[in-house]
Amino acid sequence: MRFVFKRSYNDDLKLFKHRAQMFWYLALLVFVVALPWLIDGFLLGEATNILIWAIAGMGLMVLAGHTGQASLGHAAFMALGCYATVIMLQRGVPFIIAFPLAGLISGIAGVIIALPVLRLHGIYLAIATLAISVLSEDFIIIAAPWTGGVSGLVAPQFDIFGVDINRYGTPILFYFLTLVVTLLVLGAYRNILRAPLGRAFVAVRDSEISAQAMGINITKTKAISFGISCAIVGLAGALLGLFAGAFNNETFNLVLSIQLLLMIVIGGLGSIHGAFFGALVIGFLPQGIALSRDAISNAFGVSALTIPGIESGVFALILIGFILFEPTGIYGRWIKIRTYFELFPFYRKGMFKRQKSYLKTERMK
Amino acid sequence: MDLAQLVISGLANGSVYGLIALGFVLIYKATEAVNFAQGDFMMLGAFITVWLTNSEYMGIDFWIAVPIAIVIMGVFGYLLDLLVIRRLFGQPQIAVVILTIAIGFILRFLVGAIWKHDPKLLETPFAGQELRLGELVLGFEEVAVIIVTLLLTFALFLFFRQAKLGKAMQAASQNQLAAYYVGIPVKRIQSLVWALAGVVAAVAGVLFASKGAIDPSTGLLGIKAFAAAVIGGFGSLPGALIGGLIIGLIEPFAAYALPSGYSQIAPYAVMLLVLIFRPAGLFSQMQNKKV
Repeated sequence: MRFVFKRSYNDDLKLFKHRAQMFWYLALLVFVVALPWLIDGFLLGEATNILIWAIAGMGLMVLAGHTGQASLGHAAFMALGCYATVIMLQRGVPFIIAFPLAGLISGIAGVIIALPVLRLHGIYLAIATLAISVLSEDFIIIAAPWTGGVSGLVAPQFDIFGVDINRYGTPILFYFLTLVVTLLVLGAYRNILRAPLGRAFVAVRDSEISAQAMGINITKTKAISFGISCAIVGLAGALLGLFAGAFNNETFNLVLSIQLLLMIVIGGLGSIHGAFFGALVIGFLPQGIALSRDAISNAFGVSALTIPGIESGVFALILIGFILFEPTGIYGRWIKIRTYFELFPFYRKGMFKRQKSYLKTERMK
Repeated sequence: MDLAQLVISGLANGSVYGLIALGFVLIYKATEAVNFAQGDFMMLGAFITVWLTNSEYMGIDFWIAVPIAIVIMGVFGYLLDLLVIRRLFGQPQIAVVILTIAIGFILRFLVGAIWKHDPKLLETPFAGQELRLGELVLGFEEVAVIIVTLLLTFALFLFFRQAKLGKAMQAASQNQLAAYYVGIPVKRIQSLVWALAGVVAAVAGVLFASKGAIDPSTGLLGIKAFAAAVIGGFGSLPGALIGGLIIGLIEPFAAYALPSGYSQIAPYAVMLLVLIFRPAGLFSQMQNKKV
């Protein structure tokens, strides 16, 4: 058991609670930097993919995890970021300008869409964002002269200061590009949470009425959160498009939006760790299913046990398991395990029990 | 004359949307949760009926198969609440939303694994029959869909207004604790509502499958039904039907008047407009929250 004595108010704002924590995060950083030399090209591609998912997860986490607004339409903003980057690259804008600009565009689009939509709450917001996700697919087809419509676009060659970056040619450089973006987003996210803005997000999530009473402008806070969230997700979308190489209107469909939300729920809503844990699950799930399929066919002699769509089925089963038995996600479970050992033998079952509330409606008919 | 036929087929499509929307509204009215799997419920109901009726499977007579399918879906809804959804009792709404999305994924996967992904048509005794009203030639299925939907909506409307159980359902959603105090078995009521939603989904599935082919991804139609429910104002039964009819009518006319590509957008665009300018829907049931 470690006791952290706080001596000033600034101690509450520190990035790391204590030195051991800082040590472990630095060790993790060294590990991810050394990763390209530890694993082969295929796994490195998977690692890149997981990092991209983690960026998207962080983007949605700002909105869903910390501001408490569930969005089922974030694939639309991934698409926006992706198409903006590639269209700018095709027009000869250097990547180093096009990429942040694409994030900015998604963010601004997010704020513009958020202002009318965010007056809705809860279920209505989820449905409105769902509609945005459905509409974005049609808009991509309508804007075919720019987006290539159904036939899609192919990601062009791009370079940073003359160094070519390509998923197949230079996978290590692509991995580092993704890693740098991940770290930048992570740093920004962590700092927002320490700043008044982040506190406002959490206040809005926990109780809009009390947040309002504390002088927080709820609409503005939600709109900013939506904007930041969309900007980050736009960056992830740009990386995803460049990573995939080719994409069309169906790449960023509704299923992707839903998968994003489900991913951060499995990881653990309301913590940055959750985005990364969720990305790991999403990234390793296809491999895990393939491995277990091989194991089953070896063990029982049933060959070619392939059912189309089994991935989404298994994913949904995992999700139902989490919602029912561990609503706080993987990160929540980890916190419980850690607390168990820290407090051993004084851990009590009810320590993390959430208060249940009785339902009351605003409908009068 | 073309116009009249366009209207009738639009109304028939709209009725199916309206029926799915009714399922949403039922569950929302009584448990304040939204069942994102309602479209997949409909798809399941349709597939069960196809399985019972079609000659390549069980080959039972249509008029016997449909009540069986309805009962199966009712039991399915009841058990789903009893075994899975009741565990979320007292947790935030969004947990139920995510749970039902996952259930939808699983239903789609299971149905695809059992009955394969190729489109199927329900063999009905009235397939291909026509009704002639003067010069107007109407498909029998379309008229049947509209009539059944109207009757079902009216029956449910009366049920919530008059029947003791219906009132208990409303009370359970308006204030759970108070409902407990006056002796309403809130949990059982919720299971019954899910059963009712299953029944409505089965009816919608039968009607939809008799009109056109179904496949496991038909459930995604539920998104259009969302638009219907939102336009009508979530929580209002007649509103859901009217919302469905509006969506059903917009579609063919948008396809007729607008260039291709824009017409699919129309239903969602209308829904977004309603959400922005009249967030509580056309048949508002909300009041401002009081602290």
